[in-house]
Amino acid sequence: MPVAIEYREESLRAALSGEIDHHSAKELRMQIDDAISRAVPQKLIMDFSAVTFMDSSGIGLIMGRYKQMAVYGGTLVISGLGPQQRKVMRLAGLDRLCVFEQAEETAEK
Amino acid sequence: MTNSMKLQFESRSCNEGFARTAVAAFAALLDPTYEELSDIKTAVSEAVTNCIVHAYAERLDSIYITAQIREEGTLVVKIRDRGCGIADIEKAMEPLYTTSPEGERAGLGFAVMQSLCDRVAVRSKPGQGTTVTLYKKLKSRQQGI
Repeated sequence: MPVAIEYREESLRAALSGEIDHHSAKELRMQIDDAISRAVPQKLIMDFSAVTFMDSSGIGLIMGRYKQMAVYGGTLVISGLGPQQRKVMRLAGLDRLCVFEQAEETAEK
Repeated sequence: MTNSMKLQFESRSCNEGFARTAVAAFAALLDPTYEELSDIKTAVSEAVTNCIVHAYAERLDSIYITAQIREEGTLVVKIRDRGCGIADIEKAMEPLYTTSPEGERAGLGFAVMQSLCDRVAVRSKPGQGTTVTLYKKLKSRQQGI
């Protein structure tokens, strides 16, 4: 399963796993958007801790969800990015757009 | 020692993972760092995705990759298609420029390739196809293999 979605305290957590590329992004996008439209959360947390690879398709996925959340007046939090994904994010300038939460997981437990 | 390899595969999106992993396995002969391998995988993934999404616009055809390890430890990867070609290469390489926003393409493919490689060369003819060549000098044990 490429994404596990959990709704708790008005936050939607999407725990992504495996490799994010053009091939896998479409399915991830559909699953997350479906959950957003059902739950209309105040916050979407995209958790990348189990992601092993990401190319610019991941940037498209994040930007798309950022816009999606903006429509509902919600926020997007990016959590658990590894060094390779962080590098791709920096290239896109997305590190200035989103909120990053390193300690998200521990803070919520 | 020099070395080379060739790959040919169908422009199916499931082959994006195959292509980047195969090139990374070849590059691994140079004993690169984990970061260098990640850079190569990411750059190859971008180039192959461009072939599938743009060159062939989701129709099935062949993608060709040749990879070469040069004496001085430079990895040269050529990704070639016989697709639609690019009329304005400079424009296509501009960050955030995309012809496929509805597919949530960020328009960062070439920008990612350029920042992760030492040099990116693009040759293209409309109607005939495109060849993207990635050059990356691996700082690890260059005498390797």
